[in-house]
Amino acid sequence: MINLIINGLPVSVEEGATLLEAARFLGFPIPTLCYIDGLSPYGACRLCVVEIGEGPKAKLVTACTYPAEEGLKVRTASSRVIKARKMILELLLASCPQSKTIQDLAAAHGVRRQRFRQEYEDCILCGLCVRMCEEQMMAKAIGFRGRGQNRSVGTPFDIQSDICRLCGGCMYICPACQLRCTYTEPEKAVCGGCENLSPPCLEKEQFDDMMCYMDPCVACEITKD
Amino acid sequence: MKEENFLSIIGKHQAHLGGLISILEDIQTEYSYLPEQALRLVAQETGFSLVDIYGVATFYKLFSLKPRGKHLISVCSGTACHVRASSGVVEEFEQRLQINAGETTPDGEITLVTVNCLGACALGPIVVVDGYYFSNVNRQMVGEIIDNARAGIDRVDVDTDERIFPIEVSCPHCNRSLIDKNFYIDGYPSIRVTVSFGRRHGWVRLSCLYGSYSVEQEYEVPIDTIVDFFCPHCHAELSGVSDCTSCGAPMISAFIPGGGVLHICSRRGCKAHMLDLHGASL
Repeated sequence: MINLIINGLPVSVEEGATLLEAARFLGFPIPTLCYIDGLSPYGACRLCVVEIGEGPKAKLVTACTYPAEEGLKVRTASSRVIKARKMILELLLASCPQSKTIQDLAAAHGVRRQRFRQEYEDCILCGLCVRMCEEQMMAKAIGFRGRGQNRSVGTPFDIQSDICRLCGGCMYICPACQLRCTYTEPEKAVCGGCENLSPPCLEKEQFDDMMCYMDPCVACEITKD
Repeated sequence: MKEENFLSIIGKHQAHLGGLISILEDIQTEYSYLPEQALRLVAQETGFSLVDIYGVATFYKLFSLKPRGKHLISVCSGTACHVRASSGVVEEFEQRLQINAGETTPDGEITLVTVNCLGACALGPIVVVDGYYFSNVNRQMVGEIIDNARAGIDRVDVDTDERIFPIEVSCPHCNRSLIDKNFYIDGYPSIRVTVSFGRRHGWVRLSCLYGSYSVEQEYEVPIDTIVDFFCPHCHAELSGVSDCTSCGAPMISAFIPGGGVLHICSRRGCKAHMLDLHGASL
C-alpha cells in the first residue's frame, strides 16, 4: 500500500494506482475527457490536472497518468488547478464548440467566454477512438498520422482498412461527434445552455443592506448550500 | 517493385527489436520514398500493425510517401534563417522550379523541401543540396544553385573552384614523398599509398587536390570498409592519433613538407578530411 495525502486527507491506495483513481476512491471529483474506464490512460486532454508537491516545487500533472507515490501531497482543486482547468476548457471550446461533452464540461466549470480565435475542428485528438479500436475492439484499424498541426486520426493511406469491421466503436466513444443541442445560437462558442444557471441577482452579495421583496427567492435557494 | 528487395532489407534488421526506423530508413535510401507495398510488407514481416508503421512514416520528416526527385534541395526556414529572409529564398525556388515546397518537379529531377533548423544558424539562410551546404543564400544565388543541383553537385569543378588546390604529402616515418609523378589524377600527380583490407593488399592513388575525392585503386574497396594505409617506401603504417568526427573510424595522417598534417578518414566512402596547418611556415 502507498500512503499519500490528497487535499490534506491521508489515504492509502494500492501500488500502481494513479492519482485519479486514488482521488476518485476518496470521492474527490476530477473532471476527465480523454479518460474512460477500460481504456489505458493517455493524458491528452489535460483536464484532469492536479497540483503535486509544495511551495516553488509544486507542479501540475495529469492525474490519469501520474502514479501514486509514497508521501505525495496532492491538491485536486487549488486555485492554480481551477485556473488551468478553465483555460484548458476555453481552449477546447475554441477548437471544438459543437461538442456537447465539451459544452457540458464548460458549463459545469463556469466557463462563460472563449477569448481565442474560433475554430470548428472535427477532432480534438483525444485518442479515445484509437484506443477503443486497439484495446476494446482488438483491431488497430485507425491511428495517429503526421505530427504537429498536421496530426490527424485515420486509416493508413486514407483508404478503407481491411482490418476495420465497421463496429462503430470509434464513433460511439468520440466526444467531438456528440453534437450539442442547438437550443441557443449554434455559432456561439459557449452555448450558455441549461446547465449554466446562475442567480439573477448576483449584486446582492455586494450590498449587505439590500432589500429584497422576493420570498422565497429562487436565486437565494440556488446559491444556498 | 521488387518484393525480394524489401524482404532482404527487412531481414537485415529483423534480429533486434525496434528496428522499424532502420528498416524504413533503408527502404527510403533505396527507393527515395516509402512505397505503400513496402509498408504493407514491413507490417506483415515485423508484426507491427500497419497503423503504427504509417504513423511513424508520417511522423518523421525524413520519410516521404511520395517519390522524391534525384536531387534534394532543403531550404532552412528556422528562426535564424527566417529573420534573414529565407522565405524569399523559398519563394524564388518555388517560382523558378514551378513547384511548391514539399513537391517534386514533373521531370523527377528536383525535390524542394523546407526544414526547420540545420544547426548552422550563423551562416543563414542555409540551403542544402544533396548534402552540400550553401550559406548566406539570397534570391540572386537561387538560379545558380538550381543549375548546380541539376548538373550533379558531386562533380567537383577543379578549374574554377578556388577552394581546391594541389598539396604535396610525405610519409611521416621515412619522410619520402608519396607523390607519384607517373600517375595523374585530375590532371595532377597522384598520391600513392599501399592499402590493406581483409586479406588484400594493393595500391591506391588519391587525387592530390585538396577537396577532390577522385581515387584510382588496384582492388575495388567495398564502401564502408575501414582500410589500413601504408607507406609504399618504408611500409610503415600511416596511422593517426584522432578518430573521424563523422564516422568514428581512425584517421590516417601524412606530413606536408613545410609544416602541417593532412588527415584523411580511413573508411572508404567517408569524405572526412582535414588539413592541420598548425606550425606551418606559410
